[in-house]
Amino acid sequence: MSDSHSHNPDASGAAPLLRARALFCERDERVLFSGLDFDLQAGDLMQVQGSNGSGKTTLLRILCGLNGSYEGELYWRGVPIEEDREGFLASLLYLGHRVGVNKILTARENLRWSCALHSPVTDSDIETALARVGLTGYADVICRNMSAGQQQRVSLARLLLSPATLWVLDEPFTTLDVHGVKTLESLLAEHVQAGGAVLVTTHHPLAVPCTLRRLNLDTRRANNS
Amino acid sequence: MTALAGPQVTTFTAFRATMRRDLLIALTRRNDLLNPLMFFLIVVSLFPLGVSSDPQELTRIAAGAVWVSALLASMLSLDNLYRADYEDGSLEQLLLSPQPLYFMVLAKNIAHWLVSGLPVVLLAPLLAYMLYLPADAYWTLMLTLLLGTPVLSLFGSIGVALTVGLGSRGLILAVIVLPLTVPVLIIGAKAVADASLGVSLGMHYALLGALLALSLSLAPLASAAALKISVN
Repeated sequence: MSDSHSHNPDASGAAPLLRARALFCERDERVLFSGLDFDLQAGDLMQVQGSNGSGKTTLLRILCGLNGSYEGELYWRGVPIEEDREGFLASLLYLGHRVGVNKILTARENLRWSCALHSPVTDSDIETALARVGLTGYADVICRNMSAGQQQRVSLARLLLSPATLWVLDEPFTTLDVHGVKTLESLLAEHVQAGGAVLVTTHHPLAVPCTLRRLNLDTRRANNS
Repeated sequence: MTALAGPQVTTFTAFRATMRRDLLIALTRRNDLLNPLMFFLIVVSLFPLGVSSDPQELTRIAAGAVWVSALLASMLSLDNLYRADYEDGSLEQLLLSPQPLYFMVLAKNIAHWLVSGLPVVLLAPLLAYMLYLPADAYWTLMLTLLLGTPVLSLFGSIGVALTVGLGSRGLILAVIVLPLTVPVLIIGAKAVADASLGVSLGMHYALLGALLALSLSLAPLASAAALKISVN
């Protein structure tokens, strides 16, 4: 059942991309999750489910290192994350609730900056990415003049521009229209088929042409108590 | 050195991109750019009205008045440093960059100084003229402000980073930042006052330089740590 931690992660010959062991998090004296174990392999698409307030966002922020108030162990490619934080961050792309799009800048300026933090991109890359997410001709529009869904799309263009292996997406579907949802679903599928891994929270029923793993925080809590 | 060339280039690219972005934002938001400057101008011009219009009296307080106003103007502009980034999520992107956070914070601080500190330095002689500052103290005023205002930005950045997550901050920012910046005010104002007395200024410059070196090397680290706490 609870496999010992020293156990060699040898199921598929290599360590999983991301491994969480015995994660515990408590907020306002309420246990969000405890003893949470999971592995994320290359090619995995995992949907984190749970009711509002069940700790989905908290879990994702813990995995990214934005939230430090947890107990447990996290490994990236078999190495504890804190030992190689830079290596982990170089392979990580996180899109949170707040989309990280400055409203004063244009789509192009926003993307140029957020990509320069990881790996620089050219202007034509940016235009291609924007076209893919349905924002052809919007590269030089100031983001304040865009709708919420369009701003969300600007941040989704990052998925196409980033070389990251692990995508951590917090509610990426909320403001998207039908076409946006389709585009994002196909992006997710393409990414896992290319050997990437995705962790996503959403209440939207995902229709993806690849296997979908689910991590339900509600049922886990019910089982534990 | 060659082995380090790759990552160094990207850190520099990210540094430049961050600075460029912040300058772009500042130049787009003219209000944020002008507010501290106007504030500086208004506060200084209140001294002749409030204290006395007697040139001798004003000469005596000129150094202190300009320095106090510069400090207040710098406090006013601090809020722009991380607030918007915190609210729109850009700060999270910055924290999740594989680049050393020290340099990213430094880039933001330098950009902030360029649009809030440097204009104050450039406007100072004009205001000093208004307050009858002796002619031989002008260069000292400029030079001490040039050394001192970056310290105000760098130390101020720690305070903003600590309070950016709080809903209503009110006075807390001033309570955190002022004690850190008071030494700069004391040394800077003293240097300008001494300049007109013909006293040697080497020690003042050395102290300000030391403060600048200290804040350049340590303040971005403290700001980075504070930002991590604030987004937690």
